Amino acid sequence: MEILVCVKRVPDTSENEIEINKDGSDIERDDLVYSVNEWDNYAVEEAIQIRDNVGGSVTVVSVGDEDAEEVVRREMAMGADKGILLSDNAFEGSDGRGIANILKAEVAKGEYDLVLTGAQADDGAGQVGGMLAAMLDWPYASLVNSLEVVDDKTIKVGREIAGGNLEMNEIDLPCVLSIQTGINEPRYVGIRGIRKVASIDIPVHGAGDLGITPEAVGESGAKVKRIDYFTPELGEGAEILEGSTDEIIEKLIELLKAKGGIK
Amino acid sequence: MTQPVFAYIVYEDGVADDTALEMLTAAAKLNPDASISAIVAGSGAGLDAVCNEIAASYAQVWKIDNEALAYVNAEVLRGMLARILPQGCIVLAAHDHFGMDLAAGLSNKLDAAYLPDAVDFEGIENGKLKAVREEYGGQVSTHVLCDISKGAVVTLRPGSFAPDESKSAGGQVLDKTADAMEGGLPGGARRFLEVVAAEVGDVDITKSEILVSVGRGIEDEDNLEIVSDLAEAMGADVSCSRPIVDAKWLEKARQVGTSGQTVKPKVYLALGISGSFQHIGGIKGAPFIVAINKNSRAPIFQIADVGIVDDILDFVPELTDKINEIKG
Ligand SMILES: Cc1cc2nc3c(=O)[nH]c(=O)nc-3n(C[C@H](O)[C@H](O)[C@H](O)COP(=O)(O)OP(=O)(O)OC[C@H]3O[C@@H](n4cnc5c(N)ncnc54)[C@H](O)[C@@H]3O)c2cc1C
Ligand SMILES: Nc1ncnc2c1ncn2[C@@H]1O[C@H](COP(=O)(O)O)[C@@H](O)[C@H]1O
Repeated sequence: MEILVCVKRVPDTSENEIEINKDGSDIERDDLVYSVNEWDNYAVEEAIQIRDNVGGSVTVVSVGDEDAEEVVRREMAMGADKGILLSDNAFEGSDGRGIANILKAEVAKGEYDLVLTGAQADDGAGQVGGMLAAMLDWPYASLVNSLEVVDDKTIKVGREIAGGNLEMNEIDLPCVLSIQTGINEPRYVGIRGIRKVASIDIPVHGAGDLGITPEAVGESGAKVKRIDYFTPELGEGAEILEGSTDEIIEKLIELLKAKGGIK
Repeated sequence: MTQPVFAYIVYEDGVADDTALEMLTAAAKLNPDASISAIVAGSGAGLDAVCNEIAASYAQVWKIDNEALAYVNAEVLRGMLARILPQGCIVLAAHDHFGMDLAAGLSNKLDAAYLPDAVDFEGIENGKLKAVREEYGGQVSTHVLCDISKGAVVTLRPGSFAPDESKSAGGQVLDKTADAMEGGLPGGARRFLEVVAAEVGDVDITKSEILVSVGRGIEDEDNLEIVSDLAEAMGADVSCSRPIVDAKWLEKARQVGTSGQTVKPKVYLALGISGSFQHIGGIKGAPFIVAINKNSRAPIFQIADVGIVDDILDFVPELTDKINEIKG
């Protein structure tokens, strides 16, 4: 099975507290630690497991600037066979539709049976996979949390719905799936693994290579544009307990007792 | 501007989802002058019951009734909606496991803009809708402008718009099945098989009165002991956020949230949980919420009653000791 996995480089929210810059035009990017979008690691792990079971190859692709190369390389260290970076000044400022358009052009250059994305990325949109499928006119299933290859034309997927129940579907290949966390346990990548793939060449494809008209993507093609960042006014918000740890604990125990929180 | 607005309504066991009335508020906020219709798809008596229920709130209800929709597969529905929706309209859906399956691709089929997970609207200017979204798990908010001049599909975060309970529409139900089925049943490349129920665990946290809930902030599986010690001292059960289940540190039945359990405790202690809407969506019945988090700006502090900014690895053992000391 030929599998393409779409991965995005994002600020790592477990390593950073996200702050807004002075004029609200962006988040504070100095000293941010970036990593692969959490969901995408599960997608790559799933692709590797499928390949190891039924054969084929795994390609990872990312749309981004030259820094995105590091996440492609990291996923190759996990075990993906190939990596591709889609990068061009014309891609800057793309909305979800633009990203899907760029990815679609890359998909069209290959012969993939399966395209995987994460369920969502840092802006919580969850849009690229569904758009990509619609553009390719391939079937789509989101929030996939179990996957079984039936034969070379069909797979069986479980979509996670309310309450953690699984909606089982049979779906024809080629198709696009968005992968939900928990479907597997992504393997650990150590420094040694990264070193092994350090010198592998990662091709970069730009608008010209992909046959994309620059106006269709980037700022100019975007129908949805972020205009600023802000901190919402916190309605009531929590009463923050202050003082020494002993004082805080004393106050907290008093409150818990009053609310029936200590049996 | 008079772009018609449609709200896609999901239902279960013949009852419309809570978001049905929230979308009504959202639609009115989007454009008070627009005509607002509901679309409901399914089959059988449950569908008719929902259509009648919804007609009290929406002036028009479009019904799609087909056996193939006894369980609504988004792939099938998307094809049907693309056939019947007028060009340039605005479609609303909930940003939940169904909306996420349906909406992005629908926007392509309608050649419309897609605005995912909106939490508020701030008006339309020059064909552009100004909306509020959140990023980074709710750590920051953003204003976005969405060009809706050629139509738009917008998903709304459940619980973000107040329900419109007025029920004064006295609407009518229109059967759109024939139009939706014209050309045959779409979406055949994905076939619904069955729903497999989540495993039942050894505790039922939906019945717990006190929950000590742990999130990614616990950092390591071995540290879970400090959480169970605290729960024991308080007479509470242990629940958790999704990453703890993903890591297989606790069983799925202990996960609180939209893809886990809906809990209704009296007291909810959130330890190292950031407060994503999917997590908070599983807490009902307005419990007394205490959040302990080392990031003073974690979104959980917006909904907690009491907050403590500290490292749980230091704070929790001290709290446990003190409670045990008092209990003697
Ligand atoms: C369709 C869908 C359904 C989902 N369903 C659910 C669901 O049902 N339930 C659910 O929980 N999630 C669900 N999620 C995931 C959700 O989006 C979040 O990713 C998740 O809730 C984050 O969990 P968390 O708060 O534990 O982790 P994080 O967001 O990583 O937060 C960890 C927090 O711990 C704090 N912290 C770190 N170290 C310490 C320390 N030593 N002391 C104190 N604080 C510390 C950090 O400041 C941070 O605020 C779903 C996602 C999707 C896409
Ligand atoms: N710049 C990008 N490059 C490659 N894949 C992306 C990019 N942005 C989003 N994706 C894919 O789409 C998924 C969902 O992201 P989003 O739709 O932006 O929430 C991610 O998990 C990735 O698989």
